[in-house]
This record gives sequence, C-alpha cells and structure tokens, in this order.
Amino acid sequence: MVTIFFFIFAVTALVSAVLMITYKNPVYSALFLILTFFSLAGMYFLLEAQFIAIVQIIVYAGAIMVLFLFVMMLLNLRQETRLPIGRPFQVALGSIFALILLIQLFFIVKVGLTVSKFGAFPPEKINKIGSVQVIGGELFTNYLFPFEAASILLLVGIIGAIILGRKKLPNEM
Amino acid sequence: MVGELVPILVLLAVAVVIVAGIIGLTHLFGPKHPDPVKLSPYESGMEPVGEARTRFSIRFYIIAMLFVLFDIEVVFFYPWAVVFKKLLSMGSFILIEMLVFVGLLLVGYLYAWKKGALEWD
Repeated sequence: MVTIFFFIFAVTALVSAVLMITYKNPVYSALFLILTFFSLAGMYFLLEAQFIAIVQIIVYAGAIMVLFLFVMMLLNLRQETRLPIGRPFQVALGSIFALILLIQLFFIVKVGLTVSKFGAFPPEKINKIGSVQVIGGELFTNYLFPFEAASILLLVGIIGAIILGRKKLPNEM
Repeated sequence: MVGELVPILVLLAVAVVIVAGIIGLTHLFGPKHPDPVKLSPYESGMEPVGEARTRFSIRFYIIAMLFVLFDIEVVFFYPWAVVFKKLLSMGSFILIEMLVFVGLLLVGYLYAWKKGALEWD
C-alpha cells in the first residue's frame, strides 16, 4: 500500500520536475513546480511527517508559488531567449556542483540504509506523542538557536524585499 | 498511521472525480459553435486592448514577499502553541523565546510600515 503510493508520488514528482525545466513557457513551468511540491507533500505524508506535509503545501505550493508567479509577471518573459551554449566556465562549475550533490546524496542514502532506518524518532514514537508535539518539543528546547536564527533570516528577508522593490519602474502597470 | 490518511485520500478522489466529471461532461455534451468573436478573449464586454501579459508593478512582489515571510512566522507559531502548556510547566523560557522571535519580526514589520511598503501609493 505504502510502496504503491510511494511510486505514484515519486514518478509524479520526477516527471513534473523534468517537465518544469523543459517547458518553454515559464507559467507552465510554475504549474509543474506546484505538482512537484504536492507530490513531495505526499511523500512527507508517507513518512508520517504530517506537519511538514501540510507546511509544504501551505508555504511552498501556496505562498512561494505566488511569489514566483509575481516575479514572472514582473520580468514579463514573453519568449525564452536561448543563450549560446559555448560557456565552458559555467558548464564546468555546474558539473562540479552537480557531482558534489550527487556524492552527498549517495552518502546520505548509504548511511540511511546501513546505520538505521529511523533516527531518534521512529514512527511509533511520533504517533504516540504526535507529529506537531515532537517538532515543537525539539524546536523550542534543543534547536532553539536555529529557531531564533530563522527570525533574523526572516527580518533580513523583509528588509531586503523592501529595499529591492522600493524603486518605481518605468512603464509599469 | 498511513491508514488514518484514507479519509484524505477519499476526499482527494471525490474532488478529482467531481472536477473531471463536470469538465468532461460539459466538454462532451456542450454545444460548440465557435466563431472568431466568441473565441476572442472576454474583457468586460469591451474590445480587447493590448495583451494579457503586461508588466506587473513591483509592489506585487513586495506584498507577495511580505506574505511569504509572515506566513512562515505563523507556521512557527503552530508547534509553539501545541507544546506551550507542557513547556510552561518547566519555566517561562518558552514564552521568552517566542517573545524574542516575535520581537525581531516586529522590527521588520515596523520597518515595512515606516517605509510605506504596506501602502499602495
């Protein structure tokens, strides 16, 4: 049952992610990105992380997609302009980073398969305490610093957005 | 458990079936007599002017960005509210840490307010 759903969500996520980068029209790409986000939320549900799944839908599929769409309308991308391929430096740098990411993913999967399937909070324990209770209990005690750092990050985001968007553009609506 | 998610799944299935059914049936049974005027974009009964993809004001970006940031702030409130009572019995630390969090974001809110980012003009 879980395996079937896993494959459904995994295939949807991968196919929509590939379609997102191959589509020429950025609005269609955004729609496929939403589909990817929803499949990831489904994955979180399967991993018994209900809170993360709902937050994924609310924040990513809701708020961040609105932001992306506004930026698209702001840039007014009519036709995709294809840059010439001959950019050896960018291609090399991109390949190196992609390789590093691949190695990291490989090690994470390897550790996950060998050391333990679940961490300090296996599904039985989470279900006994409650998904949100576990997150709250950990976040506001052991992970207090990242939590407060997040507020500074949000503050920087607010100030940055206002400074960047302060100027009035010519020929805007 | 995953079994508890069956109601959500049923809800999703019902939603998909209803939407697909309504769109599919109207597509099948609806009369179709297209002509150029009918197929032109509807713009409140006026002659269409310009194109749909005009450049949006940057103010939409600021509004969307502020929405995202305060949305994330509220997401942090939820687990806090759930564990508040339990952790309050161990001292008022939980209250202080949220006050620091909200205090920092209040600075951002006041900044947005003073800079006129919440005003449309």
